[in-house]
Amino acid sequence: MSSAADSVNAGRSVSQKRVSRPGQSSTKHYYFGAALVLLGLVLLIFVAPNLIDETRAFRLNKPPDPVQFEFKPPTFVGLAGAFYILVGFLTVLRDRLGSWTRFAAIAGVAFMPLLILAMALGRSDLSGTNVVNLLVSSLFLATPIALGSMTGLWSERVGIINIGIEGTMLGAAGIAYMTYALVGDGAERWALWLSVLVAILVGGLFALLLAVLSIRFGINQIIAGVVINLLALGLTGFLRSQVIVKSGVGTGVATPSFGIPLLSKIPVIGDQLFVGQPINFAMYLVVFLTWLVMFKTPWGLRVRACGEDPHAAETVGINVIRTRYMSVVLGGFIAGLAGAWFSLESSARFEDNMTNAAGFIALAAMIFGKWTPWGAFAGALLFGYADALQTRLQFLKVDIAGFEIPSEFWQMLPFAITILVVAGLVGRATPPAAEGKPFQASQ
Amino acid sequence: MTTPVLEVRNIRKTFPGVVANDAVDFTLMKGEIHCLLGENGAGKSTLMNIVFGLYQPDNGTIEVDGEEVSFENSRDAIAAGIGMVHQHFQLIPVFTVAENVILGSETTKGKLLDLDAARSIILDLGKRYGLHVDPDAKVGDLSVGEQQRVELIKALYREADILILDEPTAVLTPGEVDDFFEVVQSLVQQGKSIIFITHKLREVLAVADKITVMRSGTVVGTAEPSTSTQQSLANLMVGHDVTLQVDKTPAEPGETALVVSHLQVSDTRGLPAVAGIDLEVRAGEIFGIAGVQGNGQRELVEALAGMHKIDGGRVQMLGVDVTSMSPRQISELGVAHIPEDREKHGVVGEYPIYDNLVLNRYFKAPFVKRGVRQMGAIRAEAERLIQMFDVRTPSMDTLTSSLSGGNRQKTIIARELSQDPKLMLVAQPTRGLDVGSIQFIHEQIIALRDSGVAVLLVSAELDEIMSLSDRVGVMYQGKMVGVVEAAGATRETLGILMAGGTIDEARTDGSEHRGSSR
Ligand SMILES: Nc1ncnc2c1ncn2[C@@H]1O[C@H](COP(=O)(O)OP(=O)(O)OP(=O)(O)O)[C@@H](O)[C@H]1O
Ligand SMILES: [Mg+2]
Repeated sequence: MSSAADSVNAGRSVSQKRVSRPGQSSTKHYYFGAALVLLGLVLLIFVAPNLIDETRAFRLNKPPDPVQFEFKPPTFVGLAGAFYILVGFLTVLRDRLGSWTRFAAIAGVAFMPLLILAMALGRSDLSGTNVVNLLVSSLFLATPIALGSMTGLWSERVGIINIGIEGTMLGAAGIAYMTYALVGDGAERWALWLSVLVAILVGGLFALLLAVLSIRFGINQIIAGVVINLLALGLTGFLRSQVIVKSGVGTGVATPSFGIPLLSKIPVIGDQLFVGQPINFAMYLVVFLTWLVMFKTPWGLRVRACGEDPHAAETVGINVIRTRYMSVVLGGFIAGLAGAWFSLESSARFEDNMTNAAGFIALAAMIFGKWTPWGAFAGALLFGYADALQTRLQFLKVDIAGFEIPSEFWQMLPFAITILVVAGLVGRATPPAAEGKPFQASQ
Repeated sequence: MTTPVLEVRNIRKTFPGVVANDAVDFTLMKGEIHCLLGENGAGKSTLMNIVFGLYQPDNGTIEVDGEEVSFENSRDAIAAGIGMVHQHFQLIPVFTVAENVILGSETTKGKLLDLDAARSIILDLGKRYGLHVDPDAKVGDLSVGEQQRVELIKALYREADILILDEPTAVLTPGEVDDFFEVVQSLVQQGKSIIFITHKLREVLAVADKITVMRSGTVVGTAEPSTSTQQSLANLMVGHDVTLQVDKTPAEPGETALVVSHLQVSDTRGLPAVAGIDLEVRAGEIFGIAGVQGNGQRELVEALAGMHKIDGGRVQMLGVDVTSMSPRQISELGVAHIPEDREKHGVVGEYPIYDNLVLNRYFKAPFVKRGVRQMGAIRAEAERLIQMFDVRTPSMDTLTSSLSGGNRQKTIIARELSQDPKLMLVAQPTRGLDVGSIQFIHEQIIALRDSGVAVLLVSAELDEIMSLSDRVGVMYQGKMVGVVEAAGATRETLGILMAGGTIDEARTDGSEHRGSSR
């Protein structure tokens, strides 16, 4: 009886595994492939003929003597259209051709940023644009979003929803700049570093407040996050008008640029890619360390366990409450650093609501990345690119049918992309199972 | 077998409104399998959670190897050599087996996790105790039996000498239970001592060296398996004489109440789970469906209850075509459903008991008037049902999630029977319940049948199927492989059908198969 029953189980699980592989990719790639074909047709038939037929260039460095790639927009976009039609068909035929077609699809998507730029050049009077510089500013603008999404990860992976990232950044930015203005007149180098440290600590304090509200008092975590956002907005507004403005130091000296030894000496691109500001570079380190600690160390395993099933974590002797506090506050430190980017690095001053929803976009990046550090980083890059692109497009003065697109339209771009990405592109992502649920230790 | 490894004295533990343990003494000897018996809510899990350091007792002492200990948390208990496999598995589905095993006491290389080391330890333990499982599999993809092995490996990895197994067999298939007992025997041979909680008296008599029985938070006696019978243990547990045999008269089937034709249903992953089933159930009869879990029974019942999309075929209930009806519409026809997954589909744990008791009627008079809930009527009805079905709870305002498993099940049954059903869909009605509750529920089901209700019963317990059903169908890989009259069915015949054999094989080769089975 038992052996018979076992073989039933075994047989069933094997057959399930075999069936589920092709079943999983199901019909999704048909739609995706069809969309690519459609995009290709639109590019070929409607877009390419309407572009200016003059030589344009992607440059790798600045004039007067740039290394550049020259092309005629109608040809370029037309070829791109043909390329997308091909990739679309490959994708539709994936079942027959094998999974290598996936790479074609990925290449197609990765090519889109350049395509957009080529189209813009085809409607602009400027003869070329620097793409390395665009990449650099994408990375720079991605900094607070990437850092904010790491904050989100440390918080949500341990089970606490954090929509207070925005407020945490803003509070840190405001208090850090105030410190800089009061202690160092917005110019002293040592006071600048002290202020970065203050930003980090303030971020930790705001996160601690979120932790106390949601862990100790079991308040609804969304509401706790909203409280933090409102608190930061009010507090920094007050400090700006009552302290910063009165101190007379409205703007200061931002964090200095420096070059990474050796790498910054690479010809053509080295002095663009590897010369930059400290918080921007620290961001890569934070993402890497987040991945390393969260996925490769015992403590990271425990953090994730607390976010999935705190009761199970408790039964193996993990102190869930303490782990939650530590992880949330660690995330707060990171958000504090992101705050310093706003008021000490990208510009040395403080304005009301200067974080401008970056904290919420960071959450979108985290969801886009399905709660993984590298995925969230990719999401942050996407938003950083959207942000850099909108300035670039304003600069190119793109006109469509004789009508110059207003800058407000381009400023909308990052937010429009947020909505599209979160609503459509991200497949079903599963958040940590215990996220948002209050936990009480057994007694 | 002479030295005590664990001695618990005078333990008391109260929860708001409940004395879960009172003056409990318990002694575990080295190398013994000690069965802990007791009704649902008797306080067994509570006692074990205290021994494992999860709960702090209000009073009393614990000694391990003759030395008094006091555990702040389960880390301390683990350090003292105690391991526990919980009634509800404490595993993280998205983690791999290796990650689950090492969580909390990780293998490391420098400051980083060392999963390679974990893998080899798991494979070693697997070899030593016969616990085979792939260290890299995701726990969520494993069968319940495999998950249980992971729990055991977790305890052994922490070098537990005392193993607490809280109802480990409740969720296992018969084959898995046999394998499980082999593992338990090998553990004892290697010097471990085991506390084993179960409601299945047959298992107790088969494996126990010693038996302790609890009732209402206190120890009411100990027994030796050699001098006990299932009957004597049941009586000791419940406190009065119980009948283990189900009494029933032959069925008097009436009109056909449920007609299922060519039914096809997919499971949650979109794979076919029910592959063309035909069946009929008539008023006044119990149609039992036997089968190893995972052969489509769950999807069948959920599809009939309207909770699962039907891919093909038709379902007719009480003369009405319900193929594309919603659960509410089906319920309104007079169809009651006792779902397999109690926590997910049976009760809302965060609601008080009174709300759960009217969950199928809260939108109707007298429980609502002009859109306003009538708390008086709701509470009166809850009071009536709690009395009638003997739901043991400090009050009707208690959160349903803090009830013991048996009382939760009684809550569901009370609610479902309260609207005079004509057809009942019953899945695993007594899983994890004590003998008293099982008897009670069985009586209810028989009484319903006798009053002319049609009952479709799905159960993984062959005993239950055989003692309740009038006709038995066996499901295998989504198909009904045979339907037999209950009177002529034996464990062997059903076993062959459950393993995918044919009716003819079952009739002729019954004896041979019996020979090859354990
Ligand atoms: N965390 C808790 N909060 C409040 N009451 C509880 C809690 N845990 C258990 N109880 C109550 O304590 C009593 C004993 O419960 P316990 O879980 O120990 O029973 P059990 O013997 O394990 O029953 P079962 O066989 O159903 O598992 C029950 O009345 C239960 O409702
Ligand atoms: Mg229990």
